[in-house]
Amino acid sequence: MRFSALSIILNGLSGNTNWSAHWRRPEPKPDYDVVIVGGGGHGLATAYYLAKIYGVQNIAVLEKAYVGSGNVGRNTTIIRSNYMLSENNPFYELSMKLWEGLEQDFNFNAMVSQRGVLNLFHSDAQRDSYTRRGNAMRLHGVDADLLDRRAVQSLYPFLDFANARFPIQGGLLQRRGGTVRHDAVAWGYARGANGYSVDIIQNCEVTSIRTSNGKAIGVETTRGYIGCGKLALAAAGNSSRVAAMAGLKLPLESHVLQAFVSEGLKPFINGVVTFGAGHFYVSQSDKGGLVFGGDLDGYNSYAQRGNLATVEHVAEAGKAMIPALSRLRVLRSWGGIMDMSMDGSPIIDRGHLDNLYLNAGWCYGGFKATPASGYCFAHLIAKNEPHETARAFRLDRFRRGYIIDEKGQGAQPNLH
Amino acid sequence: MASLIPCPHCGSRPKEEFVVKGAAIPRPAPDAGADAWFGYVYLRDNPRGPYDEFWHHTSGCRRWLIVTRDTVTHDIYASRDAAKIGEATP
Repeated sequence: MRFSALSIILNGLSGNTNWSAHWRRPEPKPDYDVVIVGGGGHGLATAYYLAKIYGVQNIAVLEKAYVGSGNVGRNTTIIRSNYMLSENNPFYELSMKLWEGLEQDFNFNAMVSQRGVLNLFHSDAQRDSYTRRGNAMRLHGVDADLLDRRAVQSLYPFLDFANARFPIQGGLLQRRGGTVRHDAVAWGYARGANGYSVDIIQNCEVTSIRTSNGKAIGVETTRGYIGCGKLALAAAGNSSRVAAMAGLKLPLESHVLQAFVSEGLKPFINGVVTFGAGHFYVSQSDKGGLVFGGDLDGYNSYAQRGNLATVEHVAEAGKAMIPALSRLRVLRSWGGIMDMSMDGSPIIDRGHLDNLYLNAGWCYGGFKATPASGYCFAHLIAKNEPHETARAFRLDRFRRGYIIDEKGQGAQPNLH
Repeated sequence: MASLIPCPHCGSRPKEEFVVKGAAIPRPAPDAGADAWFGYVYLRDNPRGPYDEFWHHTSGCRRWLIVTRDTVTHDIYASRDAAKIGEATP
C-alpha cells in the first residue's frame, strides 16, 4: 500500500475502512542473516537501509516492547546539524540531508519541518564560541547565520532580552534545522522495512547471546532462540546490558532525561530556541503544545521517569529565557534512558566478536541522527567497513586517545 | 530518586543536599598500567540494579560518600564514608 493523494481520497470515500496494517506481526523464524537488537528509530532505520540500499535480505528487528515505546517516542523531536568538530559535522549533515528527503523516500508523512534552530548567546565569549562553530559549519558546507540582538528580537520578541544576569546578545541560527514528528519516524521506518520483508518482532526481549568460536551464533529471547548470521546491537539505554551478554564492557552510562509538553497554545514559537545560559530548548508542536526539555537528572538510571528537582530546574531555565512561560501549565512530563558515552559522541563500530556490530552512545542527540545512524550502521553491517562519515565513531577511540568531545567536558557522562 | 539519602555522619537527609559524581571505582595505582587506567576512566558496569556511587554531601558535612543505590527502583541500600572505598559493601 502506497500513500498518495489519490489513495487518501479513495479511502476517504470508502469510509477509511480499507487501510491495512503498516507492518506485519510475524512469528520469529529459527534464524536470520542479520538480527538487529532494538526496534527503536535506529534499529528500524538500520533494517530499512540494510534492505533497501545494501540489498540484504532475511533481517529481523527484535524489540523488547512495541515500536515507538522507547526513546524514539520520548524525545523533543529536534533535528539539526550544527556541530563543530570535523568528526561529527559530516555525519549529522548526512542525517539532515536524509531528513530532507525522508518522506518521499519511505512514502510516509513524518512532518519534517525545517523551521530553524536558534542557539542564543549571552556574552562576548559565548558569541565568539558560536561564531567559531558557525564558521566550522560553513566550512563543512552547512548553513549557519549569526544573528545580532535586533535580528533575534524580530524573530522572537518575547524572549527576556533585558535579563539582568543573562542578557541576550544574539544567536546562531541554522535555518535548515527544525522538528520532525518522532512517532511517525518510527512508524515510517517500520513500515518501510516491512515493505522489504524485514520481520519486526515486538515483545521479544533478548535475554542472552550465544557465542561460539569468537562469533555470535544467536540470541535467547522471551520468544525463544533465534539464530543469526550477523548480530547488530542498537539498544540505546540498554546497550551496556545487551553488550554485557556478549562479554563486552562499554564506555557508557545510562541516564534519565526528562521532556515536557504544555497545554496547547495559539502559534507562539515558530522554530526551535535554545537557552545559552542554562540547558533549555523549546519548540511548539503542530498541536500547539510547547515541547521542551533540559538537563539530565544526573544520576545513573534505568527508570523511565525523573525527579521533581529537575522539573523545577527546567522550568526556571525556561522562565529565565521566556518570562511568559510562568503562566503556562505543563500537561505531561516523561523520561527516557540515554546511553551517555564518555565523550558525548556515539559509537558505530564492530564489536569484539567477528560478526557483532555496535550502535550506541547517542547521549541525548540520538533522534536527529536516526537516518544517518541507520544508514551508516547498515553500511558497516553490509560491507564490514565504516561509512565515510562515521569513521571516527570507533569503539577503541577512548583507549587510543582520539575522543570526540564536542563540549570539552571530559569523561563525565552526566555532564555531556 | 529516593527523597532521602542516609549520610553516615548526618543521618537521613534530603537528596537536594547531595551531588552525584558517578561510579565508585577504586583509583588504580599511578603505575598500574594503561589497561587499568583505561578501565578506570572510561569503562563502566552500568548495571540495571544495585550500584555503588560517589555522592558528595555538599550542603551538609561535605564528606564524600559511597551510596549503594538501585538504578531502577532508586532504593538506597547502604551508604558509607568514601574513605572506606575498597572494603566490601556492608
